[in-house]
Parts: sequence; C-alpha cells; structure tokens
Amino acid sequence: MQLTNRAKQVSNKEMTLAEKMYLPAVVGGLAITIKHFFRKKPTIQYPEVKKYLGPIYRGHHVLKRDEQGRERCTACGLCAVACPAEAISMVAAERKKGEEALYREEKYAAVYEINMLRCIFCGLCEEACPKQAVYLRHDRMVPVFLERDEVIYGKDRLVESLDDRYIRKNSEVATTPTEPSLTRSTT
Amino acid sequence: MALPILLTKGLIILVIFGISLLIATYSTYAERKVAAFLQDRIGPNRAGPWGLLQPIADAGKLFFKEDFIPSQASKWLFILGPSLAMFTALMSSAVIPFGDSIRFAWDNVNYDVKVQGIEINIGVLYIFGVVSLGVYGVMVGGWASNNKFSLLGAIRAASQNISYEIALGLSIITILMMTGSLSVRHIVDQQATFFEWNVFTQPLGFIVFLTCSFAECNRTPFDLPECETELIGGYHTEYSSMKLGLYLFSEYINMFVSSAFISALYFGGFHYPFMNEVNGALENSMGAVTGHNLATAIGFIVFFGKILFFIFFFMWVRWTLPRFRYDQLMNLGWKIFIPLSILNVVVTGAGLLYDFKYSSWLIVVVMVVMAVMSQAKAPKQQVVPQRTV
Repeated sequence: MQLTNRAKQVSNKEMTLAEKMYLPAVVGGLAITIKHFFRKKPTIQYPEVKKYLGPIYRGHHVLKRDEQGRERCTACGLCAVACPAEAISMVAAERKKGEEALYREEKYAAVYEINMLRCIFCGLCEEACPKQAVYLRHDRMVPVFLERDEVIYGKDRLVESLDDRYIRKNSEVATTPTEPSLTRSTT
Repeated sequence: MALPILLTKGLIILVIFGISLLIATYSTYAERKVAAFLQDRIGPNRAGPWGLLQPIADAGKLFFKEDFIPSQASKWLFILGPSLAMFTALMSSAVIPFGDSIRFAWDNVNYDVKVQGIEINIGVLYIFGVVSLGVYGVMVGGWASNNKFSLLGAIRAASQNISYEIALGLSIITILMMTGSLSVRHIVDQQATFFEWNVFTQPLGFIVFLTCSFAECNRTPFDLPECETELIGGYHTEYSSMKLGLYLFSEYINMFVSSAFISALYFGGFHYPFMNEVNGALENSMGAVTGHNLATAIGFIVFFGKILFFIFFFMWVRWTLPRFRYDQLMNLGWKIFIPLSILNVVVTGAGLLYDFKYSSWLIVVVMVVMAVMSQAKAPKQQVVPQRTV
C-alpha cells in the first residue's frame, strides 16, 4: 500500500555511457534550477505585509462581555485547571449590590492574570470555559515585550472594551456566542 | 617608459584592481541572491535597497569578530596562509586583456596604451604559475592550524589542484597550437570573427577547461577541501575574523579571474559579433581617436558582461549539482579528463596539418553517437511499481 504513489523504485543497474558522461544529467539539472530562478517567489515580507491567518488563528486573549456589557467570567477556575502551561491565575470575589450592570454572575474575577511568557496559545482555556468568557482572538497578536514587568497581562489588558467588540470573521457565528456548541464552530 | 604611458598604465591597473575587488565583494552578495532565487527565496533584502549594503555589513561584522589564533598553531604560517591566498588571487589578473587600447596625444606624441596590466608573451604560463601558487595559501593555512580536519582539507586541496592542473594545461595546449602564442592578447585577437571563437573550434577543450577551473577554484561540485559535511570547515576550520574573510574573499577573486580567463580564451575576450562594423562606424563618425576609445570602452563592457555571465554560471552550477565523492573526483580527473584532452591534442594537431580548425568536433560527434547508441541498446526501465492502488 502506497500513500502517495510517488515513490520511485531505485535500481543499481549498470549506467549507460550517456549516463556515465554526466553531461546530459547536468544540463537537465541546470534547466530545472534556472526554471526556479524565474519562478514567482512565495515569500511574504512579514513585518510589512501580514497574511490573514483565518478565523481559527489563536492570538491575543480576550475576556468577553455579554450583550449588555457585563463581564461573563465567573471565576470558576476551569481555564486555570485546563491550562497546560499553568499561565492563568485569578482571584474570585462576590458581586456587591449595585454592580449587576458590571458582572453577569454573582461571582466574578476580581483579578485575572495570564502570564504571556508561559502561555503556549493552545486554546484549551477557550474550550474549558463554560461561560464563553475567554477567547483567543484571531485578529490580534500578543505584542513583543522587552521588559519582565510587561509579561503578566491583567484585566486591564484582557477585558474586551465596549467600543472594540471582538467578532470572529464568520458572520454565522454570533458576536457573543451563547450556545456551547457554537464555541468552536467557525468554519 | 614615458610618463604619460606610466600614468595611464597606473590608472588602468588601479581601475582593474578596484573593479576586481568590487566584483569579488558583490559576488558574495550575488551568491546569496542567486542561491535564494534558485531555491524560490528572495535572499538578503534588509541592508539597504534590495540588500545592496549586505557585503559591507558582512565585512564589518568580520572585522569586529575576535581574531583567534589557536595556541598550538604555528603563528606565522597561520597568518601567512590567508595572506598568500589573497596575494596570489589578486596577482593573476595582471595579464588578462580587459580591452583593446586607449589612444591619446600628449605633447604631439601619439600614444596607444593597452587596457591590460602588463602585456607579456608568456601570459598563459604566468597565470598557470600564479594559480598553482594559490594552493600554497590553502596548504599552509590548513597545515599551520594544527587541526586534523584542517590538514585533511589542505591535503585534499593540494592533491585536487595538482590533479586538475594537468588536465587544465592539456586542454589549453590545443589553443596554443592553433594560436602559436602564449600571450593572452594574441589568443584574444585571433578570435576576432564570431565563428573562430575558441569555444566553436575547441568545444571539448572548453568543457574540460571549464570543469577543471571549477576544481581549481574549489567550487561545488568540487569543493571537497572545505566540505562542511565531512571536514567541518576544511582548511579554514580554525580561522575566524577577517582571516577567514580573506580566504572566502580570495575564492571569489579566483572565481572572477577564472571567469575572465575563460571568456578571454574561449569566448573572444572583448570581441563581439559585428565588432569591426561598429568600430569602423564609430571611427568614421567621431574621428580616429575618440571613436577608437569609445570602441575600446564598448569592448570593455562586453568583456565584463561575459565575465559576469560566467560568475553567474559558477553560482548556478553550485546550487544545482551535489558534491562529488573524493574517488569520483580523482577518477574524473585522471581517468577521463587527462586521456580526453590528450586525444583532443592529437586530433586537433592532425586537423591542423590539413589547415582544418574544427577537427575537435570529431571527438564530440563520436562521443554523442556512442552515447546515443548505448542509450538505445540499454534495457528499458523494467522497474515497475510494486502495486498500483
């Protein structure tokens, strides 16, 4: 059983005189390489030109808000448990009276931190989240950091801002998915 | 020698020296660009527009690296190695005629200065002498490093250069027989008409000479003295900083000189088709002096076009062919090229007896016929795929 049908059977039969002269093969090789010389190069000039990587690219984390702008995260800690790199940590707090417009559930994350040096952008937190609160956005990357104190991202840099809602490219996927079955269906 | 001649000669030598250094510098850039293009890449493009400042950046980097000499190495020989390589590489371009001549009048005396370092009647011998000195640079450097890999590389370089110099010399003898002169300028002047370029009269000699010059320059497919997969870096394993730079640089100068030599010996030097008509038109319209100088300039440019093509060809082959095994290299040199070029000498000599210049084609035709016949007689590919799915 062959996988590709491109495998070639080798043989060590005696070379003919034409093959022993090397020259026909050399000329053939030169023709092949010069064809590549004029071929269009597939290189993308990276920092200047950026390629669209598709709606399933896993980039910058975002802590989602719901339709009414309330934070969805309830600080259950399942993302931290799921995280293979142990990059996520959080401190839970109880919602006070009058904060109903800020937090969706009665419990919320007072502190939510992701260590970007540890994060491997696997997306397991996104899968683990029962509240559809944490996502890895496809349109933004975590920028390069030069100082150690820039490494840990707190809520100030993770929570989605209301004037810059995150939407996956596919229009069929709701902006803030509510059904668990929709979380990964981006095709 | 009169002062004006001295001045023009000095100027010509300086210009040729500068151009050959410049070409060698940009060969490093061209090598990387050509390699990239042949491999569907783009190559260096960050330093300056299109990466044109890359050689300067490379040289700057090499100058600032630590200049290390191994404690067990023989210090003076270690320093002598790269200097010798560079020295011999730069020396050999002296006798190559880069153009016809520059005419001018000074104090009512007409001068006719040849665009060439020095015109001597043993030019070919001179180049061979200097080129065979070149191997001492590699040899001394590799030996002085006190490192087994370096020594192996040096020994390989020495035996390879000695083996291929014989075939190189023999392949040229046919040209010397036809020209009757060892002066490179004479050889170039004999190729004034297009179909008398030596590549047409001596196709076999050309192929042998080209292959041997690859071996002499230590270029792929014959770069065994420095083959990374077996010998780390070969003879320059222990070298760092600009000493390494000089070794690599001398390789590119050698490439430039052998390209120039190939173009001069086989491709008519500064001649090009319809040159006489162009020269005549120029001299008629612009006067004998200006017209002649302009024609010389055109020839100079044509010659450099040929040189650049051959430099490109060196690179093209480098990124096409894999390296030969050492025994294959020796077999090719001793058992194929030397007998073939001796045969070529005999056949060409026989042709020259009857004033027929193209007799070398006889060998080529016979070889092609034999190759085609052997290909036809050979059993067809019986290899079948084991199973079709």
